[in-house]
Amino acid sequence: MTLAPPPSSRVQLTDDGKLRHFLSVEHLSRSLLEDILDTAASFVDVGGRAIKKVPLLRGKTVVNLFFESSTRTRSTFELAAKRLSADVLNLDIAKSATSKGETLLDTLRNLEAMAADMFVVRHQDSGAPFFIANEVTPGVAVINAGDGRHAHPTQAMLDMYTIRHYKGGFAGLRVAIVGDVLHSRVARSQVHALNILGAEEVRLIGPRTLLPVAAAESLGVTVCHDMTQGLKDVDVVIMLRLQKERMDSAFLPSEAEFFRLYGLNNEKLRHAKPDAIVMHPGPINRGVEIASEVADGPRSVILNQVTFGIAVRMAVMSMAISGQESSQNPEQGDQHGR
Amino acid sequence: MRWNEAEIEARLTAMAERVAADYGEAPPALVGIQSGGAWVAEALNARLATAAPLGSLDVSFYRDDFDTRGLKRTVKPSDLPFEVDGAHLLLVDDVLMTGRTIRAAMNELFDYGRPASIRLAVLFDIGHRELPIRPDICGETLALPPHQRVELRGPAPLVAEVIEIPVKADE
Repeated sequence: MTLAPPPSSRVQLTDDGKLRHFLSVEHLSRSLLEDILDTAASFVDVGGRAIKKVPLLRGKTVVNLFFESSTRTRSTFELAAKRLSADVLNLDIAKSATSKGETLLDTLRNLEAMAADMFVVRHQDSGAPFFIANEVTPGVAVINAGDGRHAHPTQAMLDMYTIRHYKGGFAGLRVAIVGDVLHSRVARSQVHALNILGAEEVRLIGPRTLLPVAAAESLGVTVCHDMTQGLKDVDVVIMLRLQKERMDSAFLPSEAEFFRLYGLNNEKLRHAKPDAIVMHPGPINRGVEIASEVADGPRSVILNQVTFGIAVRMAVMSMAISGQESSQNPEQGDQHGR
Repeated sequence: MRWNEAEIEARLTAMAERVAADYGEAPPALVGIQSGGAWVAEALNARLATAAPLGSLDVSFYRDDFDTRGLKRTVKPSDLPFEVDGAHLLLVDDVLMTGRTIRAAMNELFDYGRPASIRLAVLFDIGHRELPIRPDICGETLALPPHQRVELRGPAPLVAEVIEIPVKADE
């Protein structure tokens, strides 16, 4: 059974346009993305307090449903949920090769029976979180924590938060995304988010085998196969992780060759603007896509991305549960309660 | 009913005098609840002889009506640029009604530290309390019917007006 994402992501929004699932940034409005970033800004401060918790989701149960292993994403989602005072259940479900549709539904029904309020889903198949969002009981929110090659919307939003934090906004910005674009759900989500938020230019840079020109240009980006040319005058450089398992399948000659052509070192970074920032979704492969001198250098904001990631995930989780609550309880509550 | 700039200023001046009288030489740290309370806190601070530490709270993550109203975020995050542990705090809001916002604000303050004391100053107290909370300093007390509220507009000039709100069938 294939789980193709639907053409529109209307399932993500309530009738009055509030977020109730977060599955993909594609088709979302600029104002909604800005609302996510603004809400995240309020949560950033929570991490610096004596008590790093707010009671917003007290009594709610968040299930991290990871069909594909991930340490970083899962732990930041877990920490985000805990800082919102939710109870968290982590399920790392091993890949099962057979009848995914059915297994997925059965898993879902079992977890719903435990009265979960939110599923954070990572799945190796593109579209799985959409499938779950369509099947889930009303009132339960679904967050996409990465599906196949399709999308990784919370990573893209934390990247947008990082860019806005350091650059003040998106107008006039040139952003380069470098590396294994073909296999990257992160890159796809970033391109959509940057286009929606109004970046001046998005450049994708990578070898022809990892960056099909036709597909890339349909996303409304500039494509470049030469690193020096591609980095010229950019404000932001986003390096993608080279998935080493792709090495075997003849996409690339060798790691050393990739590093020589597309690895980011200080020499190549010279072509970007002097105040350009360097980002990476992690985990980084030192000496493959990024040199230590850059990763640990003054323009690297890689660790700040991790910190902002918690706040962005807190924002998305609280907004989705809020959207679910408001569609369950329309027009209740005193609008002017003091 | 409305209050023009001069009428609001007169109330603020009287409140600032009360703050000075209650706290003497050592002014409290002022904590305004966003957004109206933050305006009032700033206006009070401008009227104190010794400038006090000034902070503001966004209580939207601490409200008790998240289940029914969802997330209502204000424009600015909380900002307390002073040590809360051991501090004498004066919590400031524009309008006091049910007391639920004040409850949320106190919960939030305790996540920053353990203040030595907290008192409450409000520009308007319009009754209809649902919690055992009362102001220590109050600009004006009003008895409004359930379908009316006071709305403070600002930040400059500060003016206020009684507004009508829709009453639901079950009230």
